[in-house]
Amino acid sequence: MSARRPEPTLHAEPVPESLFVSHSTTASVVHYDDEVVRRFALTTVLWGIVGMSVGVLIAAQLLWPALNFDVPYLTYSRLRPLHTNAVIFAFGGSALFATSYYVVQRTCQTRLFLPRLAMFTFWGWQLVIVAAAITLPMGITQSREYAELEWPIDLLIAVVWVSYAVVFFGTIVKRKVDHIYVANWFFGAFILAVAILHIVNNIVIPFSATQSYPIYGGTVDAMVQWWYGHNAVGFFLTAGFLGMMYYFVPKQVGKPIYSYRLSIVHFWALISTYMWAGPHHLLYTSLPDWVQSVGMVFSLILLAPSWGGMINGVMTLSGAWHKLRTDPIIKFLIVSLSFYGMSTFEGPMMAIKTVNGLSHYTDWTIGHVHSGALGWVGLISIGSLYALIPRLYGKPAMHSVPAINLHFWLATIGIVLYIVAMWIAGVMQGLMWRAVDADGTLSYSFVESLRATYPYYAVRLLGGVLYLSGMFIMAWNVWRTVQPERLATPSEHALLGVAK
Amino acid sequence: MSAGHDKVERNIGLMAVLIAGVIAVGGFIEIVPLMLGSHLDEPAPGVKPLTPLQVAGREVYVREGCYGCHSQQVRSLHEETLRYGPYSIAGESVYDHPFQWGSKRTGPDLSRVGGRYSDQWHRMHLMNPRDLVPESNMPGYPWLAEQWFDGEQVQAMMRALKRSGVPYTEDDIAAAPEAVKGETKLTALIAFLQSLKASPRDPAPSTEAATEAAP
Repeated sequence: MSARRPEPTLHAEPVPESLFVSHSTTASVVHYDDEVVRRFALTTVLWGIVGMSVGVLIAAQLLWPALNFDVPYLTYSRLRPLHTNAVIFAFGGSALFATSYYVVQRTCQTRLFLPRLAMFTFWGWQLVIVAAAITLPMGITQSREYAELEWPIDLLIAVVWVSYAVVFFGTIVKRKVDHIYVANWFFGAFILAVAILHIVNNIVIPFSATQSYPIYGGTVDAMVQWWYGHNAVGFFLTAGFLGMMYYFVPKQVGKPIYSYRLSIVHFWALISTYMWAGPHHLLYTSLPDWVQSVGMVFSLILLAPSWGGMINGVMTLSGAWHKLRTDPIIKFLIVSLSFYGMSTFEGPMMAIKTVNGLSHYTDWTIGHVHSGALGWVGLISIGSLYALIPRLYGKPAMHSVPAINLHFWLATIGIVLYIVAMWIAGVMQGLMWRAVDADGTLSYSFVESLRATYPYYAVRLLGGVLYLSGMFIMAWNVWRTVQPERLATPSEHALLGVAK
Repeated sequence: MSAGHDKVERNIGLMAVLIAGVIAVGGFIEIVPLMLGSHLDEPAPGVKPLTPLQVAGREVYVREGCYGCHSQQVRSLHEETLRYGPYSIAGESVYDHPFQWGSKRTGPDLSRVGGRYSDQWHRMHLMNPRDLVPESNMPGYPWLAEQWFDGEQVQAMMRALKRSGVPYTEDDIAAAPEAVKGETKLTALIAFLQSLKASPRDPAPSTEAATEAAP
């Protein structure tokens, strides 16, 4: 059980169980800084529920506009950015902080560098989230997608992010093992890239405490913004979560990563290719043609490194496929990788100009985003948390394994309803917008395409409700898992209190 | 390959430098040429900076988050020019800080909506869209009729735009308080919407059809 056992090479032994040891009675064990991990793990569940609840509300508003209530703070156009920011940066961000702080300590066999700074990143990040939840419904926004937060919050994000980088890279610098584990390559690239993207994209001219205009204008602003926006997907929502995958999949399966060589190739290919793909958000627009073409070509290339990650994760299960039947956590992780593979096939396809001509501006894009967000990001985070939380609280497993199973099916059925509804709606909208009659005039008015979409908005809402209900089951399960008192008799309770 | 890469896997400084290097290339090559030596900052013929009232209206458009459902970018596709009008060109959005091209059309594109409906139509539609379009799912924005910007606020917007390159003169900015006096956020927004038009251009093969197209 010694945690000082040398870090294994990727292609030899499974990641040893000792890497999961935190507070053990074994004398030689490293005592990791897990309080910050516990906090981020719990806020992941909290902000997941908040962000997805707002998502369910705005999905209902698209179906029943009366739910806007003519109240500014509850109006769809102000709440949509709150939904996207909450699920990406609050839910996804907390999951990334929790797992990266956990993984970097185990794989480097050392405690966090500057643990107080790590705790500052926790409180700083919570402050960012609360500030976003207050300002966005007030209409304090830049109205640039996924970069809506105004400049004072952006400054706070920059400070928190630099602190995060200092803690993470500092921990790697003081590692007790020579080799840097592959999960840390991905976490490291994610942290560096997000720092660059955030700072470059948010160079603005403030003119009040809550208002600013970007220095970029028009076409240049569009290019900078989608360079940022696409790589928020590429690094925040992909590279970071691949870091999570590279630890928790081999760990939970109990086998080494399938191919060491593949992890090297797809790591460098992924991070270098993603940065070129932003212009596929701007096809057929006034962005110069050469940039559009470059963006499309690199988006197509991106299929290969993306699938490299999926293959490396899924094939780690080879020889242990039976575990899919018995371990619901592995179900979450592997189905997550399946959605990752699916949406990273769909993305390059939608980046082909002729396909994009149909799909862009429609609900197909919304479906694509959610197969990635609910399927890949959501399920890998949930699966990792189910593996992580019992270990953080010294428990053998989650309180209820059947509840994990139930959550898995609610989430999976919810995603399928959501994305199928949006695929059909999106393709239908694209076809209706371009339909022309024999005399060369348009067949449908815009509002006819909206009217035809309502049934699919209802199915999407149902899918979202199912996914959210799974999160409530998770919250209950986590609550029961983290509470030692529930299992103890009053006298034992008193003893535990003394022991602390 | 593995032997060479082994060095990187044991040196975090080297790895961080390599990561920063490969992620910088793509953005650099795609963005910097657009900033330098290209004509993307030249206004199209007839494109002028917004008036103070339109600036105030654009501020409402940005702060209410209209981009979540409305694009301001007609793509160079035939059916799209039939529905909305001439396709968008870079010179039309040079003064747009931030750009508002959007990425989703739950409602129609607005880049050519100016002049298509009367001010009164817009007023009723913004108060409650379903009074005019029963199937619409757009929220109402009735509070805009009871709010307004002070002259100094609009001047601050114009100064910020000037600093980011929009050619306002001091006289333009000095005239702003008078121009927005007595106007609500609703009337400002309508003034902005009415300003959204295609720049005049020639030759424009698809424009004849566009003028007759359904909204």
